[in-house]
Amino acid sequence: MIFYIILILLLLALMVAAAIYSIVQKDLLYAVIATGVISLVLSVLYLILQAPDVALTEAAIGVALTTIIFIITIRNTVRYEDDEKNRQKISKSNKK
Amino acid sequence: MKRVLVISILAVLGAYLAEALFQLDFGRQFFQNGVKDFYLIASPDKLKVANVITAIVVNFRGFDTLGEVTVLFLATTAMGSILYKGRHKLGERAVLFSASKIVTTGSKLLFPAIILLGAYVFIHGHLTPGGGFQGGVIIATGFLLMLLAYSDYSVSHVVLSVIESLAGITFATIGLLGMLHGGTFLQNFMATGVLNNLLSGGIIPIIYITIGFKVGAELTGLIYTALNEKD
Repeated sequence: MIFYIILILLLLALMVAAAIYSIVQKDLLYAVIATGVISLVLSVLYLILQAPDVALTEAAIGVALTTIIFIITIRNTVRYEDDEKNRQKISKSNKK
Repeated sequence: MKRVLVISILAVLGAYLAEALFQLDFGRQFFQNGVKDFYLIASPDKLKVANVITAIVVNFRGFDTLGEVTVLFLATTAMGSILYKGRHKLGERAVLFSASKIVTTGSKLLFPAIILLGAYVFIHGHLTPGGGFQGGVIIATGFLLMLLAYSDYSVSHVVLSVIESLAGITFATIGLLGMLHGGTFLQNFMATGVLNNLLSGGIIPIIYITIGFKVGAELTGLIYTALNEKD
């Protein structure tokens, strides 16, 4: 019992850490991967809490589909948030 | 500064949410003597379905599932109609990096295993955890892997839409057949068989297989449209 409580607390801490990392990180690709890690840990938590159906859904949709849709968005826009290269790119695309 | 602000606002919101959730009783009086006993007893006994969640989703709340499938269909149709401007030529698109030899060979090896896992999940939806939605998403993930690894891999939109339409028509037809047999829409009219057998549960496995095909085809088409969109 105490083992499960410690495991759940560790996983929750990992989730919070990944969430803060995805806000702080300026490389949006890394931020998207961190949100995928949140979903992965969440699906493990659902499995521990005896909800395997929800765990399967979370693993398939949260880890794979949402992440790839964000990555496609990054490919079509810009990869780095708020820095010099990015501003040059935006000004260039405005000139066009 | 902005990041600190965002994190602090999120922390305050989370604290409020946690306080509200701790004060809630979670409807305890409804859990004591509610509809859950009926579901827990009726799904193994009457319907012979081992996975109670599947029995609720497909049989007791089958009409809601039809609405859910319709919502997904409308969402993918809307996304396709918005993004259908121009397509890259085959082989011109790569996601962020071009795939190496290891990635292409590994995806070719993994692809049949992923499709098999998806098919297993939705065919055994009434016995083991999972079902049509989960299996369909897993199948779409397999096609996504191939689309990422091979820049000239393509799926046929005609085949996808035929599979999707046939699956939807089958779902609605099974519902109407229940009415024809003198019950309500989506009435379980077939023999339910023996508990824990593959062929048990009446119409539940058939409906979940059609949902699996439908969701898989829809999400594969969605990913293919989004990946090949020309900006």
